[in-house]
Amino acid sequence: MATDVFEMGDIDIAWCPGCGNHPILKTLKEALAELQIDPRQLVMVSGIGQAAKIPHYLKCHFFNGLHGRALPPATAIKAVNPKLTVIAESGDGDMYGEGGNHFIHCIRRNPDITNIVHDNMVYGLTKGQASPTSRRGFKTPVQVAGVILEPFNPLAVAIALDASFVARASSGDREQTKEIFKKAIRHKGYALVDIFQPCVTFNKLNTYQWFKDHVYYLDDSHDPADRMAAFAKATETDRLPLGVFYVNPKNSFEENTQMYRDDPRPLCERDVDAAKLAALIDTFRRAG
Amino acid sequence: MRVTQQAARKQDVSIVLCGQAGQGVQTVEHLLTRILKAAGYHVFATKEYMSRVRGGANSTTIRVCSKRVAAPISRMDILVPLNKGTVAHVAERLSPETVLVGEREVVADEAAESHRLLVVPFTQIASDIGGKIYSNVVAVGAIAGLLGLDPEAVVAYVRRFFAKKSEDIVANNVKAVQAGYDAVGKLDLPDGLKLTFKPSAKVADEMLLSGAEAVGLGAIAGGCNFVSSYPMSPSTNVLTFLAQHGLEQGVLVEQAEDEIAAINMAIGAAYAGARALVTTSGGGFALMTEGVSLAGMLECPVVIHLAQRPGPATGLPTRTEQADLELALYAGHGEFPRILFAPGTLEQAFYLTQRAFNLADKYQIPAFVLTDEYLIDSYYNCKGFDLSKAKVDRHIVKTAPDYRRYKLTKNGISPRGIPGYGEGLVAVDSDEHDEEGHITEDLNVRVAMVDKRLAKGESLKKDIVRPELIGPKNYKKLVICWGSTYHVVREALAELGRTDTAMLHYSQVYPLHSSTAGLIRKARRTVVVEGNATGQFRKLIRLYAGADVDEALVTYDGLGFTVEDVVEGLTEIFS
Repeated sequence: MATDVFEMGDIDIAWCPGCGNHPILKTLKEALAELQIDPRQLVMVSGIGQAAKIPHYLKCHFFNGLHGRALPPATAIKAVNPKLTVIAESGDGDMYGEGGNHFIHCIRRNPDITNIVHDNMVYGLTKGQASPTSRRGFKTPVQVAGVILEPFNPLAVAIALDASFVARASSGDREQTKEIFKKAIRHKGYALVDIFQPCVTFNKLNTYQWFKDHVYYLDDSHDPADRMAAFAKATETDRLPLGVFYVNPKNSFEENTQMYRDDPRPLCERDVDAAKLAALIDTFRRAG
Repeated sequence: MRVTQQAARKQDVSIVLCGQAGQGVQTVEHLLTRILKAAGYHVFATKEYMSRVRGGANSTTIRVCSKRVAAPISRMDILVPLNKGTVAHVAERLSPETVLVGEREVVADEAAESHRLLVVPFTQIASDIGGKIYSNVVAVGAIAGLLGLDPEAVVAYVRRFFAKKSEDIVANNVKAVQAGYDAVGKLDLPDGLKLTFKPSAKVADEMLLSGAEAVGLGAIAGGCNFVSSYPMSPSTNVLTFLAQHGLEQGVLVEQAEDEIAAINMAIGAAYAGARALVTTSGGGFALMTEGVSLAGMLECPVVIHLAQRPGPATGLPTRTEQADLELALYAGHGEFPRILFAPGTLEQAFYLTQRAFNLADKYQIPAFVLTDEYLIDSYYNCKGFDLSKAKVDRHIVKTAPDYRRYKLTKNGISPRGIPGYGEGLVAVDSDEHDEEGHITEDLNVRVAMVDKRLAKGESLKKDIVRPELIGPKNYKKLVICWGSTYHVVREALAELGRTDTAMLHYSQVYPLHSSTAGLIRKARRTVVVEGNATGQFRKLIRLYAGADVDEALVTYDGLGFTVEDVVEGLTEIFS
């Protein structure tokens, strides 16, 4: 499938020139096209922020909801219609800060969705404050003496929660990122892809060059089935590993609800079972 | 005792059970109400309880009546305290006529000295049979004996209730209920307790259910197939009911990590084509308010069951109040239409919850079902629900390639597509958006979209539920109420017997029916009866119907009104 099917034509994109979001968008379209995903079967769900505008820039169904709240609707959309491919995509502030509680519990719930998080370690839309993943000492107009909180480690948290699929990519490397996206989308269950992305306007610390100097790819010696090894890799801070850290196949939320055990039809195609309802009402006549 | 009181009692006996949490009040209540209904008596039960799992003091009032009955009263004809010290909990309700039944050391409580005592050693009888555990069933037998129920029917019911247990347990429970029944037979019983009216086979065949169950059944009948909520008293009973029947009825029920997730899940589910419900209370709903606004902006149908309890903040978690009317009315930033139902009876709880799903879908808006702890936890017998009057209206279209989710229309309603059904793309955005659902800062589009959303608020006015006028059409005095106070006001007015006074009950509190101002202006005196301190519905009428109601009879002690409260309050106001 050509990437054309996802093209929006001549649209006004709100991202800065040079922003890491541009290659992420392009790479995502390529990954989707290579996976033969029909835009009419794809739902993008996002929150608020610069990254959260991504659904507006490719052809698909989308639910651009509230700040921090992409994961609950994404979970529900997949549960109501498992035939759809559902991708929840937003930035680090949206997913790990405002939506931190949903991030934790979505991993526990394990819906069959892909969660792509643009991680630029800064707030873009609100103009340059610290994000949950900002490094200590990072100075901003609000964190005037530098960030004093420990950075949030999404991969370590996800592996600690025994997430189904955990990976990290870098927007600068489109070829490898595309392969990681494809693996994540194909994976059955919750799949996290944290993706490093420089903010050319508000983050003068974590630049293209900084990322280049501070990342390396996991090689074949890393076994993604080894949870302890994955956790050890996730806690490395000197140089930051990229690639698939952890894969843990298990039943999805939709499967675990048992709603599709006897009936494959999506919930949205089902009607009230009048006979069953009448039988339930009848139980209140027979005092029990 | 005066003859009139005796006559009244023959028709209407109230039994109050009280005890510590976790000590069997619920077992006695459950068995007794089912036995009475199965025997063909009209029965009503309501409880008040503390926010704790053990200890404290809880009570249940059960009424048995020759006529349909569904309102709480203060009067206690029979008081059955199950633990020492619990009589004091209901001491204010004792009258010289109250008969106390129970163990000597429990009924001979200081608070009960001047009252009539019937000593029945529940525990001793139970121990003789096989263990203290049977004392609650002994109490059931004793009450059945006092009321003069058919002993065979009582035994048959107990046998059926414990049928799944071992033979020993069934036999001991049968012995226990029989022994309790026989024990009161040996006593010198006061007149007027025995039920002298005939039970009805028709009543025996009616439903016996709680407000929570009526809301839950109404949701299923409304096509609800997705529920996401976080447990919070008193709304949890609806969540529990739907969870227990979810798989069999095709309803996906998920306990969310918090109320914010709950409503955002529900809206996502509705976007994908489900009929979604959240059930919540007080602070839980406060957390949902941004989601309410999202539903307004996305034009996504969602039904919110809000079971009110006293606030602010954590307030009184297990008590009742009608003080979240204004919260529900104004919840969510920005301007968008909504509907607020407030059922007052079990039938209304069923049909209006059902209707909420249809109207939420039709107008693509949040629809509220506003109940309270009292309505949710009370139960009584009712004729039943007619499913032919509860049809699911779906308003989903198959999309064409050029589909626009927010197409501008005259009535404000854009045909609603869902992802994966048709050739079009369904795009929704919490930002202001254009017809396709894309972010816009074109301020002309903004104005058009506000107008479109508010136009739905005008369109839905043709679907407003008319308030119910009960009493003389040419009334001079009008008593206005809403939600759960339906039966208590109705019974109070029947007792007052004023031929110049009518009752006007609203089961839809927003938008108000257009008849409101006319109905109010027709009366010389008007009073609102409602369960909050500031007269919220009275204010709402003034604001949206432009009519002033003269007086307000309010309560906010957490217990709600009894018939006596309303009789006394209205007598004072109308004197």
